[in-house]
Amino acid sequence: MLNVALPKGRLGEKVYAMFEKAGFPCPSIKENNRKLIFENEERGVRYFWVKPSDVAIYVERGAADIGVAGKDILLEYEPDIYELFDLNLGKCRMAVAAMAGFRDDTRRTLRVATKFANIASNYYRSKGRDIDIIHLNGSIEIAPILGLSDVIVDIVETGTTLKENNLQVYDTIVPISARLIANKASYKFKGAEIDQILRSMEAQMEEAK
Amino acid sequence: MQTSCERVAQSLRTLYSRYGYRHYKMSKFEEYDLYAKNKDFLVSDNVITFTDLGGKLMALKPDVTLSIVKNSKELPGVQKLYYNENVYRVTKGAHGFREIQQMGLECLGTVDSYCISEVLELAAQSLRSISDETILDISHLGLLAELMNSIGIPADQKGTLVKFISEKNIHELTALCQNAAISPENTALLRELVCTGGAPAQVLPKLESLLAGKVSPTTLAQFTDVIQSLADSDMAQMLRIDFSVVDDIHYYNGFVFKGFVNGLPGSVLSGGQYDKLMKKMKRTDKAIGFAVYMDMLERLEAPGEEWDVDVVLLYDNTTPLPSLRQQVNALTTAGNRVTVQQTIPTDLRYKEIKNLTKGEPTNA
Repeated sequence: MLNVALPKGRLGEKVYAMFEKAGFPCPSIKENNRKLIFENEERGVRYFWVKPSDVAIYVERGAADIGVAGKDILLEYEPDIYELFDLNLGKCRMAVAAMAGFRDDTRRTLRVATKFANIASNYYRSKGRDIDIIHLNGSIEIAPILGLSDVIVDIVETGTTLKENNLQVYDTIVPISARLIANKASYKFKGAEIDQILRSMEAQMEEAK
Repeated sequence: MQTSCERVAQSLRTLYSRYGYRHYKMSKFEEYDLYAKNKDFLVSDNVITFTDLGGKLMALKPDVTLSIVKNSKELPGVQKLYYNENVYRVTKGAHGFREIQQMGLECLGTVDSYCISEVLELAAQSLRSISDETILDISHLGLLAELMNSIGIPADQKGTLVKFISEKNIHELTALCQNAAISPENTALLRELVCTGGAPAQVLPKLESLLAGKVSPTTLAQFTDVIQSLADSDMAQMLRIDFSVVDDIHYYNGFVFKGFVNGLPGSVLSGGQYDKLMKKMKRTDKAIGFAVYMDMLERLEAPGEEWDVDVVLLYDNTTPLPSLRQQVNALTTAGNRVTVQQTIPTDLRYKEIKNLTKGEPTNA
């Protein structure tokens, strides 16, 4: 049985369609109910919906053999997994943003508000900049407005939220998209099925170009 | 009843002794300085420290290999040692320290192809003593390093490239090569190397043609010879060549390997040649070794038994002691697990109650 962790939401639905095309359908997943686990015993596959930021944990810990997770989550938690394929879905970027007109005063420690403490630390360490991380769980954009931080490190899709809050992007840290990931041990023992999915997804991406 | 961990520990002790490895028992503590100097060698930077009575900063051992290298003397020939120790470290994602049982072996001295093949065979046999469904992935950091040099990977990009290789992350590996102006042929070669994995019989010929002219023939020949010597043994079925197995290139050099057991989420065994660590610790000899993470084995335990005991034997102050003793002896001799109680325990799962009291049984 191949266990697949899918991120809840629109991205997960798109990704499921790709798995289905790859020969691993599970019709019950399309039923409108609150179930979280769906199984197609005949095809030997079980899907479960999990919070997008938890997919990597399910895969790393072996509860799921494969899954789809955002690159932001992989960079933040650095799970010990295989990152097999860039699905080019859910594209956005991890960026540094601040109030319009911001200028980095290098005489002071830079205060950085973010949900992604690891990504922010690595980024500023690579630049040798001394920073103070302020870990927030949401509404990061208001931190510079209220003077809580000098900059924020967050995911930027269209930039509309930033604009509406008088913020602008100062630097792009890394582009983000959804990745097909696999548990390392599962890949040893279920490699044939995982490779079948990988090859099909590569072909589907190629077709879509 | 023995747990998986106890059973495996016993068979590993027998296995390692049979190959002439001596048990190496060590102290739980080590001077913190050893770990401060070799932080990158540790799984985690976090170490439990304390000041001893003489004012020295000490640590509860987070790793065994460093202590063995530090405390063993450089002698002629080869020293073969095995250990069964607890280490104290923060595991990834955990919010505190854990005590982890680790068993393994180290081979220090004039390590040659025979020593390497013996250690690899013992790693394979260690896995086999855990389960019938196991895989030993083998790679060679020397080959990888020579390949990176020969195709011109910039020094500051090597660490990142090795990380991508370990993740089988072809898309980012390709992007890195493009940014580093690596030729399309060499990029394709690297991609091929990451994708080339499997049984030695299939992979070795492919590898020889893939790496010919890119790495030293001596390194490639040693890799092939050692793998071939194992592939001819009864371990052949569990061996896989997989270049995504990597370790810190600042400490490890030649063969590196990881063992997997079906049903366990990560590698249960990890090892390699660490001549670079020896050099850092001012030793001129070479070394290879591996560790088995015994704490992971508890996940292989069969589901717990349905019953905690077979019989609850109830007595009170009216029950004559001789007849109580006689009942207990009779039941245990018949192979039952018996608990003698005055009242029925509430959290106990039992098959039956034998009541030696005059009244009705009462619950605790």
